[in-house]
Parts: sequence; C-alpha cells; structure tokens
Amino acid sequence: MTALIGPASFKFFGFFPAWIFSFLIPVAGISFFAYIMARRIAPLVRAAPDSRFGRIPERIKNLFLLWLGQYRQPRYRTAGILHIIIFFGFLVLSVRSTSLVVIGLSDSFVLPGFDGIIGHVYNFFKDYAATAVFIACIAAAVRRGIIKPERYKVPAKYGHDHTAEAVFVLGLIATLMVSESLFEASNAAAELTITGHSEFLAPLSLGWIFRGMLMDFSHGTLQGLHIAMYYVHDITFFFFLCFLPLGKHFHVITSIFNVFFMRVDKGNIKPVKYGVSDEELDDLDSFGVKKLEDFTWKHMLDFYSCADCGRCSDQCPANAAGRPLSPRFITIKARDLIFKNYPLSGEIYKSKLLVEDIYTEDEIWSCTTCGACEEECPLGIEYIDKIVDMRRGMVDEGMVPQSLQKPLKALEKRGNPYGTMEKKRADWAKDKDFAAECDVKILEKGETAETLFFVDSITSFDDNIQAIAQRTSKILTKAGVDFGILGKAEKDSGNEVVRFGEEMLFQDLKEQNTEAIMESGVKNIVTADPHAFNALKNDYKGLPDVTHISQFIAEKIRSGALTLTPALFPEKVYVYHDPCYLGRHNKVYEDPREAMDAIRGLNRIELEKSRDRSFCCGGGGLMLFYEPEEDTRMGVLRVNMAAEAGANVIVTACPFCLVNIEDAIKVAGKEGEIEAIDLTELIEQHLA
Amino acid sequence: MEILVCVKRVPDTAENEFELNSDGNDLDRDDLVYSVNEWDNYAVEEAIQIVDNVGGSVTVVTVGDDESEEVLRREMAMGANNGVLLSDDAFEGSDGKGVAGILKAEVEKGNYDLILTGAQADEGAAQVGGMLAAMLDLPYASLVNQIDIADGKTIKVGREIEGGNQEMNEIELPCVLSIQTGINEPRYVGIRGIRKVAKVEIPVKSASDLGLDAADVGDAGAKVKRVDYFVPDLGDGAEMLEGSTDEIIEKLIEKLKAKGGLS
Repeated sequence: MTALIGPASFKFFGFFPAWIFSFLIPVAGISFFAYIMARRIAPLVRAAPDSRFGRIPERIKNLFLLWLGQYRQPRYRTAGILHIIIFFGFLVLSVRSTSLVVIGLSDSFVLPGFDGIIGHVYNFFKDYAATAVFIACIAAAVRRGIIKPERYKVPAKYGHDHTAEAVFVLGLIATLMVSESLFEASNAAAELTITGHSEFLAPLSLGWIFRGMLMDFSHGTLQGLHIAMYYVHDITFFFFLCFLPLGKHFHVITSIFNVFFMRVDKGNIKPVKYGVSDEELDDLDSFGVKKLEDFTWKHMLDFYSCADCGRCSDQCPANAAGRPLSPRFITIKARDLIFKNYPLSGEIYKSKLLVEDIYTEDEIWSCTTCGACEEECPLGIEYIDKIVDMRRGMVDEGMVPQSLQKPLKALEKRGNPYGTMEKKRADWAKDKDFAAECDVKILEKGETAETLFFVDSITSFDDNIQAIAQRTSKILTKAGVDFGILGKAEKDSGNEVVRFGEEMLFQDLKEQNTEAIMESGVKNIVTADPHAFNALKNDYKGLPDVTHISQFIAEKIRSGALTLTPALFPEKVYVYHDPCYLGRHNKVYEDPREAMDAIRGLNRIELEKSRDRSFCCGGGGLMLFYEPEEDTRMGVLRVNMAAEAGANVIVTACPFCLVNIEDAIKVAGKEGEIEAIDLTELIEQHLA
Repeated sequence: MEILVCVKRVPDTAENEFELNSDGNDLDRDDLVYSVNEWDNYAVEEAIQIVDNVGGSVTVVTVGDDESEEVLRREMAMGANNGVLLSDDAFEGSDGKGVAGILKAEVEKGNYDLILTGAQADEGAAQVGGMLAAMLDLPYASLVNQIDIADGKTIKVGREIEGGNQEMNEIELPCVLSIQTGINEPRYVGIRGIRKVAKVEIPVKSASDLGLDAADVGDAGAKVKRVDYFVPDLGDGAEMLEGSTDEIIEKLIEKLKAKGGLS
C-alpha cells in the first residue's frame, strides 16, 4: 500500500537501519521524562496532608465540566476558543502520536480497533484536528507575540516576561502538526504519482494541501522528506514531553489531576491541618504555612498546574486597585521557588520563611478573600485557602500589622472588633422611635422565639449600619415571623477572624456563638450580613438552617406573606451589586434580584461585572481596619462601573458593601449623582 | 544581655468606656477589660529584639494582684523568657515611690544590664522609671525611641525632641530606660501564644521575699494619697453635644452656621 519506505524499514545510506533511532528516541525520551517527573513529585511527597479522595461523583462531574468540557474557557472568548481547539486537537492527536511512535518500529502498525471504519473516521477527524491546531497555534502566537493582551504582562517586580516560552511552545506544537502532515502527505503524493490514487486525505486539511504542493517532487525527495518528517515529529514529540514539566506547560499533564482534586465546597476554609480536629489544635507545634513544604500537596499541584493565563489577576480587585497582590504571581513565584529548591539534579535546598523570601506581608494581607480568582481559574487553582494558611503562619509568628492588632484584641476581649461593651450590642433595638414601632425580643432569661436574627458586629454597633438591623426587624415583623436576637450573648461571627488567620480566636467566637444559639432553642436563623451568613453556614457546624434576608424576602414575596408597592422612584436607575459572600461564596444571585423585580416599575439594570464576576467593594470585617497600600479604592472602581452603566442607585445586600460603597461615592466625588442603599432599605420603603 | 522590663496591667482605653463609680473615688471597674499598658508592650518588644540580636534573656516583672499574672503571660507569649509577679496585700495603695521601691528590691535580686519601663502608664503619672533609676543609682534616659547596642559597656539611645528632631545619647550600662511608643512594631500575641505559656510557672514574691518592710510600701508607706476623683465641671462656654453621631453632627453644623462659621 505504501509507496514509500517507512521508518521501520528505511536504511540510512543504504545500510544503517532507521528503526534503531525509532527505538532509541522513545526510550531516551521516556526515561528522561520519568526522571523529571520523579524529581517534580518530590516536593508533593514532603508537603502537608490534604483530603481530596472523597466526594468522587462531584469530582468526576468537575472533570467533565472543567477539564473535558473546558467550561470556563469561553469566559475569555478569543483565548478560550483557541484553547478549546488546541485542547481537543491534542486529545484527538494523542492517538495518532502514540501509533506513530510504534510505526517507527513496524511500518504497518495500526492501533487495535483502528483498522476498520473507525480508523477511517478517525483519520478524517485527525487531519482536520491537526489543521485546526496549527491555525490556532498561529493565531495564539500572533496574540502573544504581536497583539500582546494586557493580562499577559509581567510587571518588573515579578521577574522576566513569559512571552518567549509561550511562543516557543506554540512553535513546538505547530512543528508537530506540520511534520505529521508532511509525513503523511509525502507518502500520499508518491502513491498518487505511482498508482493514480492515494489514501483519502480530508479536503483542505494540512495533509491535503501539502500533498498538492508535493505532487511535482521526485520520488527520492519525497522519500527523504517522509523519513525526515517522521524523525522531526518523533524528536519534537519527546522533547515536548520532557519540556512540559519545566514550566507553565506542565498543565498539559497536571490539569486533569488538578481539576479532579479541586475544591468541591464553596465558602469554607480548610482546617489548620487535615486530620487534626479543632480540639487537638493546641497540640500543634506550628500553625499555617510558613515554609514551602507547609503547603498541602494539592496546593503544590496548583503551583505546577498554573498555565499563566492571567485571568485570576485580571479579575482580582486588589490587583485592579494597585495593591501589592496579583494571584497569578502568588502561584508563579511559588512555582519558581519549587523549581529552585527542588532542582532537576543535585541537592534539595531548605526553604525559608515565605513572607520574607518570595512574598511580602502586605501582599498576603491585601486579599479580601472575594474569590474572583478562584471563580475564574479554568483549572481550579485555589487561592483563599493558601492566603489564609499563610496568614495563620504570620499570626503564629506575631507578624500582624498594628492596624489589625487592635480590632483582634477587641474581638478577644469584647467579642467585637470595635471594643464596644458587650451590653451595648442590642442598643439599636432600644432606640426610642424604633422600639415604639417594632418590638425586638432579646432571647435571654428564658425568652424564646422561632427564628434567630443574627445581627453581627457591624450591624449592631455601627451608627450608620444599625438601620439595617432595624429594617430587617421590621421586615421580619411584617412577614409575621416570631423572632429574637441574642443581645450581649452574640459575638462576632468571626468570618474574617478565621480568614485573617486567627484560628484560635475564631474557635472561641464560634464556641460562644454556637452555645448561645443552641441554648436559645431557635428553629432557624436569619441574618442580613452575608459574612455572618457565610460563617454560620459554612464555617460553623450543627446550627439550625441559616438564611440571608434576601432569600427570606424573595421567599415571602413568592408565598404572598410580603407584598410590595409600585416603585416610589420609577425615574431612578437601580443596579444590584453582588456581595462576594452572598454571591460567589454561596451562589445567592437570583433572590435579591427577584426581590427588586417584585417592585413594579422599578428600573433595574445589570453591571457588566455581576453575579460570579462581581467586583469586590473593598472587603468586610477586619478588612475595614486594614490600611493597604493601594492606588485607588476598590469601592471607587466599583462606583465608577455603576456610574458608567448609567445607574444612580447601587443596591447591595451587605453592610460592608454599603459602608465601602458609600465611602467610595464620597471619594469619587459622586455625591448627589449616585447613592447606595441596602436591599432591606429598598424593600422596607416599598412594604405595602 | 540580661534585660528586665517592668510592666503594668491597666484598663484598656480602646475597649472601655470610663465612668465614675457611685462613691466617686475611682473608676467603675465592674465591666472593664484590662490589658498590658501600651508603652510597656513596646518596651518588651524592644527587649526581645535586642536579645534576638545579641543574646541574653528578657524578664518581665509587675507589681499587682493575682490577675496581673495575665499580662505577664501575654508578654511571655510575645517572647519574654521569665516572668515575676510581685504581689502582697501590703503593696496595695502604693504611691509611685512605693512601686519603685518594690521594683528596686526585685532588680537587686538579679543581675540586669538593662532595665526598661514604659514612658508612662495609661492610669499612671510617668514617675516610676525615673524614681527606680534614682533609687538604684543608675543612669537614666527617658522617652527613648531608639536603642543601638554597641560594645556591651555602653549603648546609644535616641529621643525625639520637639519639632521632630532626633537626639542621640550614649549611656553606660547598666541603666534604666523609659520607652516611648513607636520605637518598634510590637508583634501580635494571639490566644494560641498565650495558651502555650499557660502552664509556665511564674514565681510570686511577697514583701518578705523581697526583704521589704510592710510599713514602707502600700498605703502605709505612701506619701502621696489620692484625695479626690471626679469629672471636671464644664467650664464657661463649653457645651457637650449629645445623641447619636448623626445628631451630634447635625447640632454641630447648626451651631457653626448660627455663629457664622459655615455659610
């Protein structure tokens, strides 16, 4: 059938059997690859434990969605489509590449099952796959090398530019596609010349085009090209395999594992150490991540898997505000450190304190834990747990900025970050005008209720935010709910305490709250603070059901328990800002919108960055006390987005968002032009 | 270098609202939370940093009741090596000189190169450091905002002068220094740190352990006695605005407008 001599039978200079190369190249390639992989696995073996072998059905679902389905890729359209083409091209061509390796030893080799119709169908697709990958590589190289999208830039402080590596690898892939097609086309051209017909090549595929170009070549030239292209492909293939674990293209190998082992829960924080219960925490010698090997093996795998696509940092509000944090470089710097400390040969170096070696303290404190980076990462790389683990390490070493030490101490002594006396926690309910209108029970001295309204610190103590507590109470009363508050027995939920790395203080707050809640005998909990909502729902255990007020409102509107009047200000343009701890961390996107839309005639628009791409207002809880280095406030950026969208009322459903956005409106000089209100205010205005 | 830091347990200004008790002779202490005096915390941090650099040990000492042990533990969680609690019923009611005398007795039991105190205490009168130095007949520098350790016989200490100028002085060891805030950034002490030192033995020394005569300390020995404690009456022209923050702001703006301060 073949018109040309294949690599298995070809003899160089008429005597030296080519199959010796066909044998040596794979053996050398695979040996090198195995050695490199063994060295790469070394840090994972030394890493901290992680728990990633449960929840298999959810993990398989993630594999289908994120890995095979490339679900998150099209969020960045051009790059995403190019990636999908190259990804599926690779999957299709992996079969061809494997069989090509064997063809070097046996000319007529066909993979089992590929000798019949399946083989023909496969070859048809494979020709187009190679063509598509080739075109995608050129397009990708043009983007990387010429168009240069902003998000691939490497700021000077983070090291050298990565374009060269990216373009080099695209070149390798293109070489693979071209050599494979030429290998096939040269034979087809020879066949066509001799017999008048050749093996079917998919029209307009690379092979088909090359065959046309090669028709006038002599038999000897075609024979030479055929063999040369085989070995170009063979060498490139194994070179590429060994090159993968040396940089960002490691993801070609690790992504399937990374997606399989990615986090399956939202909103929670990893335990200090897997396998160590809360009660045993006191026995640990050290807390959190201080050195490289303190990361868990999955977090190390994350570092290996990063494809350097820059989407995390493109979405990161801290990065946008000019804080010294770029999640992409949290990963890249750690990977560089692994490569440095675990070189391919020779001694393994001891790692130093990460925050002095590769990170800065401000970098690690800059994160608001909004989760935008994790939501975006196409391969499920985690950031929040790593940041929290490093903060735990810093807290353990006493490395806490002075601006955070005061609120932390106040939380320890008074159970709230302001240091206000416990007995004043329910003062908002005793305000004369409000109390006359709405009676709020305090669940102490045997007083009981069906529902607990968990107020949390900012809503209890902040003069401007207490109104949220009062409005929430009015809405609950209007809906006929039998509710009460814990009063001085309530402590801060600690959502940010645990996320700022003060684990033992969080454990204290959690214990006190859990005890008070269980003692109150309530059947369910409602809160207007998404941070409290998240902590009670995801960080506490064994509590009654927790609902956010927006869910409650939407549910009561549906059931008819709450009815709303038509819009009081139909001329205003409203926009809903998704709080991170309601939206991304708990997937409550629709209820607040549904509640707003229940107000007839209310003009609501959407921000471009909304739902799971919402842009953090600046962070809540302890983040309000932190004094970051930044060029601009996140809140100002957010207010500008709303203004550009043409909104004049930003509705949010979080006390921290309200504080940050109200401040930002003033800083941006947009007072009178745009205002911020809480969802409870909007609903209370419109209660029928 | 062997360093002794004198610390004091005080009601925390950030986390309390101070009101007079019903007798009108002291704060209402029922609902107060206490912590280590802020200046002392800086002194302990400085001592720890010195020992980290040149070796030695840090001992923290306080004069107080059983509850004062908590501030010693906090400072030990920070990194102080030893704690000593000087506690005796006879110490109660000591004036500044009395406290300095008690501390002097403890200093003489050890062999310290450097004795640090806070520049002042939240509830105090900024007198113990100087008196202690005088009683020990040691050189003294106050309001220190910088310490450079040199050859071991002398050190250099800095002090901020009015107008933001800095003065450096050489001082012979052993000496007493009173430490100003801002000299460093004290490290954070979390609950975990305190629990780690929860079981460390802290010796308690009484008047007789220190060889002190009960008649020289406490109420009995005090030459300065508090005779009154009150919130001053409003002076002429002073007015307290009351209400919520918003109400206060509104009233203030009204007043400013009324007097032509705002148009």
